[in-house]
Amino acid sequence: MKKWEKGWDKKDITFKKEKMAFIDLQNELPGIRGPMIYRPETGTILNDLAEVLLHDEDNTLSRGDREMIGAYTSYLNDCFFCQNVHGAMAQHYFQCDMQFIDNIKKDFLSADISEKLKSLLSIAGSVQKGGRFVTAEQIEEAKKLGATDREIHDTVLIAAAFCMYNRYVDGLNTWAPTDRQVYIDRAPMRAREGYSQLGLTK
Amino acid sequence: MAYIEVKEGVPGIRSLFQFSPETGKPLCELAEVLLRGPSPLSSAERELVAAYVSRLNGCMFCMNSHAAAARHLFDEEKQVVDELLHDQNAESLSPKLKALLHIAGKVQGNGKSVTPDDIENARKTGANDTDIHDTVLIAASFSMFNRYVDGLASFTPTGEAAYEEMGKRMGQKGYHI
Repeated sequence: MKKWEKGWDKKDITFKKEKMAFIDLQNELPGIRGPMIYRPETGTILNDLAEVLLHDEDNTLSRGDREMIGAYTSYLNDCFFCQNVHGAMAQHYFQCDMQFIDNIKKDFLSADISEKLKSLLSIAGSVQKGGRFVTAEQIEEAKKLGATDREIHDTVLIAAAFCMYNRYVDGLNTWAPTDRQVYIDRAPMRAREGYSQLGLTK
Repeated sequence: MAYIEVKEGVPGIRSLFQFSPETGKPLCELAEVLLRGPSPLSSAERELVAAYVSRLNGCMFCMNSHAAAARHLFDEEKQVVDELLHDQNAESLSPKLKALLHIAGKVQGNGKSVTPDDIENARKTGANDTDIHDTVLIAASFSMFNRYVDGLASFTPTGEAAYEEMGKRMGQKGYHI
């Protein structure tokens, strides 16, 4: 399979500029795709985890809500690649504009989203600081607003997983396209195919 | 008491794997390949990175269990585990392991705090690309595992005996479900 077949256009590489990953990834793909292809043994599993957390249909949280939790956590971790990939995914599912997503990231309490999603984003924000920052009151509030144990579990694990993905992407200094439209253009394809379909051939 | 209804008395992440086997599967596979799969770093060294990051995150369950696994795997050299947990520049650590633990500590804070100098220093001690990759991903993954365990307030056993047994099993059997 050609390197560019799965959606990243060769023109995206013009955004690469001077940024070099800390190790020789032996491929030019942006963000997490670079190290995933470098080390497919772990890359495949990381995609499987993303698939079950974010794309699996057997979940009472919508795909949009789950992507938003990932995008918000990535925003708090200041990971440009992940917050744009997953912000664009949430935008695709919510059928909204970029400003709507940016407003949620900056101040979700004032955003036009359900009170339940607000309570889950608040839990995700605590997880981002550290697991022990989550309080019994936050959990109680989410449950009062209708969140099930399963939904609370998934919220905590999505936020925790993005604390991993973000550190993987930035800890190896991978590059990311700076044009945010690039991420929005790719979202419909990723929504269709999911994460486990990502080819990991070089 | 955990924040969600998990089986009582089952410790830490195992209660969460039982609650959610769908996510437990990739999480166990990740731990297995990262800590036991092919790598230029020994399993004992990788467990040490895991225990160190868990200590920085204040996750007692992960720190105690992975420290116990590292002690089991280091066998006669097991004192290195407790020396590291008291002092990250402990004499008994090889310069390479010290440099990699330094990178792991940076990743624990935020991926962006790793600098080219940190990488260069690790290379000078003989670390290659895969050593660095695996260190970064182990540190990143424990930034997940720790938050998962503590974010749901899962049961953390106290007392060394419980962890010694756990560490022995992790050392011998790994992380297959």
